[in-house]
Amino acid sequence: MSHLSAALAHCLPELILAAGVLVLVLLGAVRGKESDGLVTEIAAGLLGAAILVILLGGKTNAIVFDGAFINDGFGRFMKVLTLAGSLVTLVMSRDFLAAEKIDKFEFPILILLSTLGMLILISAAGLIALYLGLELMSLALYVLAAFHRDNIRASEAGLKYFVLGALSSGMLLYGASLLYGFAGTVSFAGIAETINGKASLGVVFGLVFLMVGLAFKMSAVPFHMWTPDVYEGAPTPVTAFFITAVKMAAVAITLRVILTAFPGIAPQWRQIVIFLSILSMVLGSFAAIGQANIKRLMAYSTIGHVGFALVGLAAGGEAGVAGVLAYMAIYLVMTLGTFAGILSMRVNGAGVENISDLSGLARTDGVMAFFFAMMMFSLAGVPPLAGFFAKWYVFNAAIQSGLYPLAVIGVLSSVVAAFYYLRVVKVMYFDEPAPAFDRPAPAPRIVLAVSGILVVFLFAYPGLFIDATMAAARSLF
Amino acid sequence: MFGFGILSCIVFLPLAGAGFILALRGNDEATLENARRAALSTTLIVFLLSLYAYARFDPSSSAFQFVEEKGWFGHGLVYKMGVDGISFPFVLLTTFLMPICILASWQSIQTRVKEYMVTFLVLETLMVGVFCALDLVLFYLFFEGALIPMFLIIGIWGHERRVYASFKFFLYTFAGSVLMLLAIMAMYGVARTTDITVLLHTHFPSSMQKWLWLAFLASLAVKTPMWPVHTWLPDAHVEAPTAGSVILAGVLLKFGGYGFIRFSLPMFPEASAYFAPLVFALSVIAIIYTSLVALVQDDMKKLIAYTSVAHMGLVTMGIFSMTPQGVQGAVFQMVSHGLVSAALFLCVGVLYDRLHTHEIAAYGGLVARMPIYAAVFMIFTLANLGLPGTSGFIGEFLTLLGTFRINSWVAFLATTGLIWSAAYALYLYRRIIFDVLDKPSLAAIRDFSWREATLFAPLVALTIFFGVYPAPVLEASAAAISTLIKGYDTALGETKTAALAFH
Repeated sequence: MSHLSAALAHCLPELILAAGVLVLVLLGAVRGKESDGLVTEIAAGLLGAAILVILLGGKTNAIVFDGAFINDGFGRFMKVLTLAGSLVTLVMSRDFLAAEKIDKFEFPILILLSTLGMLILISAAGLIALYLGLELMSLALYVLAAFHRDNIRASEAGLKYFVLGALSSGMLLYGASLLYGFAGTVSFAGIAETINGKASLGVVFGLVFLMVGLAFKMSAVPFHMWTPDVYEGAPTPVTAFFITAVKMAAVAITLRVILTAFPGIAPQWRQIVIFLSILSMVLGSFAAIGQANIKRLMAYSTIGHVGFALVGLAAGGEAGVAGVLAYMAIYLVMTLGTFAGILSMRVNGAGVENISDLSGLARTDGVMAFFFAMMMFSLAGVPPLAGFFAKWYVFNAAIQSGLYPLAVIGVLSSVVAAFYYLRVVKVMYFDEPAPAFDRPAPAPRIVLAVSGILVVFLFAYPGLFIDATMAAARSLF
Repeated sequence: MFGFGILSCIVFLPLAGAGFILALRGNDEATLENARRAALSTTLIVFLLSLYAYARFDPSSSAFQFVEEKGWFGHGLVYKMGVDGISFPFVLLTTFLMPICILASWQSIQTRVKEYMVTFLVLETLMVGVFCALDLVLFYLFFEGALIPMFLIIGIWGHERRVYASFKFFLYTFAGSVLMLLAIMAMYGVARTTDITVLLHTHFPSSMQKWLWLAFLASLAVKTPMWPVHTWLPDAHVEAPTAGSVILAGVLLKFGGYGFIRFSLPMFPEASAYFAPLVFALSVIAIIYTSLVALVQDDMKKLIAYTSVAHMGLVTMGIFSMTPQGVQGAVFQMVSHGLVSAALFLCVGVLYDRLHTHEIAAYGGLVARMPIYAAVFMIFTLANLGLPGTSGFIGEFLTLLGTFRINSWVAFLATTGLIWSAAYALYLYRRIIFDVLDKPSLAAIRDFSWREATLFAPLVALTIFFGVYPAPVLEASAAAISTLIKGYDTALGETKTAALAFH
């Protein structure tokens, strides 16, 4: 019994969310329509509680449930990021959903369920837990993408995501079964032990298929096709959720699988990662240039950013992984800020999402324009903003590992990417004002301001943050 | 001062001024006047502070002075500031030009005044920071950060094609700089630190030096600008507001030359020697080609922009002659160009404020209506073409002298550029100031106002003062440059010895 309770203590955040979801479903079912406010508040409270449990709880590392679930520094770091992404998007989404008249109590519950899936995914120590977490996350996401069910584009987004997501899950499962067949075990540590430097063809095949499934979730090129359509069609808070929380979890499990299950065959997976990285950076930069819709622009932007983060993984080693973690953390802050801005784009009660709607924002709402512009400069990687340090860490790791061509292609595509971020700044600052936005709701406003301050002033005191990424990265090796 | 050294005060005081202006509420005339005054007094205080630092500066030492160091990012990145004889003249140049810029924008900027002043103050912080930073990453932070305010200045307060010009400016510079960033990372990999004082004494392997040198060239050549990556400059100048052009020509262009002297020469001596002929070729092309291009311009600002490229060609040529005269001349030429081209852009701005056009054809015969203006413009035109007795002469003479010792053909070709510069400068002067005053729009044009006269007085004084007595700049930089050249010669000597021993 004490054995079980010790194991349960390691997955306390997951337990909080799982129990909370069950209670909230009951609450919603019993109280009906008028319960959605309360459900959202409790859901936000649960996410906050899970963050606190991780931050304040024990820092001991352990593998529990017969090697299925791992609790380590890396997992805790990524879980905090994921939970923070979920919490902030949930808080920001209230006013948007109410204005679009889709403020149903199922929304926070689906967010919670999906987040629970992500936590399990991040902590997966074997292929079974990986698949379990992935599907729990994805099934909730399919519904969320189509949450605005009377909107044809949202329905299309949900359907497209579901069909392609199912395909990628199939690939992943195929890869997992190959790996199990050739390694004889589902636990990552066991696989690493069996492979131990000599890669049989079957294992490499399994690795490739596994990577395809994960690349799909990360939306790395060439498995990104669904991304622009789904991100554009889904309701804006859901897009924010996709870009923040989901991205964190997907990158986390990719790192964990590659580094804990395949450390012995680095040359094999490094090729794949470099390939994904280069294609994502280049396509993300060039394809975003022509976009008029800001959500679609952010979709291509996120493809590019995944490419940049993968540069750190390709570099490998503690420095590279710490770089990826720093990158993801800074990226989370930047995108939450950006989406806080996008959620504030409402004219006469209706949401607008074209870049041209931002015209002359500097004159109609100087504060929002300033912070939004800072987000854009930061996403472009201009110093002294946070986005520069994100790029510094991953590219520095790449240079130290001798991946010069990758680094050169990366920084040059970041110059191309700078063009479209600058275009947003140009629209806000240089163009004549379009109709002013409605008075924004307080939540997005605060999120934008807080992330703006974090982005602008990270350079002043980065010590704590950098130490955290280093410590988290160390636990993977 | 408040636990910071004097350099940190000079660097960050403008930010405090910017914060104060941001805190001002309202948009009435009184508030705007307050914003202007706050910006002016901030820049004046910063200038006085830098003069105070100058009084305490010891020109006989080649070491870095006023050094401050604080732990910062961990992993070798530190906050480290300090100046030596090479960088300090540029700090003074920057702080000197800033009040003039604010004053020059007093009336010509009427839209979004507060934002304008804030942007300029932030830009001052970043520009002074570039010259004070003693950590490569810190340097890069300031160097690249300066793009944001300049992008906004051109884009918001510029003229018709401002969007095109601002994008071109940003993307050109950004593309060059990211390659330099990779070089910085590679240097970190060898030295395990980005402290400039350490890197100055780090030996990088020869093959690596060449790549690093090229990566730095990519960034610095765009910034300088060197032919053929100079094309952003005429566009940026034409579209920028007057004060923006002044800062661009006066300070931002100096980043390039400063970077060559600070990084390329001492850190990659072998590569510098290897690539010197390339720089000579590019410089000579820049001098002759852009002078010829300047001859046929119809737009005053564009013409002066091209002359900037030609003058910067002299600077790069002087630097890579690797002689004390050449490098000193380059530093002096940069300071002098900072004063002269800034003044020329201000002269153009004076006309623009009255007639709202930069077309040369719109003017003519101004001497009849604006005698004082004609005299001031004459002084700067002559300084621009390098007449002895003006600051322009000293820099040109020294760079040519230094180059002549190394390669007389390069010096000869560059000297022909001086003839062209006389041609375009005097031709411009004739078309604007002389000729017949027959255009009705010019009939009522006014001469300098008091504010404008105050603006030009210190510039005229310094241009002539440095022309007659260049010692302050030359002496300040002499010690640092002789150490630089000595270190360079030693490094090359060692390589030669090693090569001989190897054979």
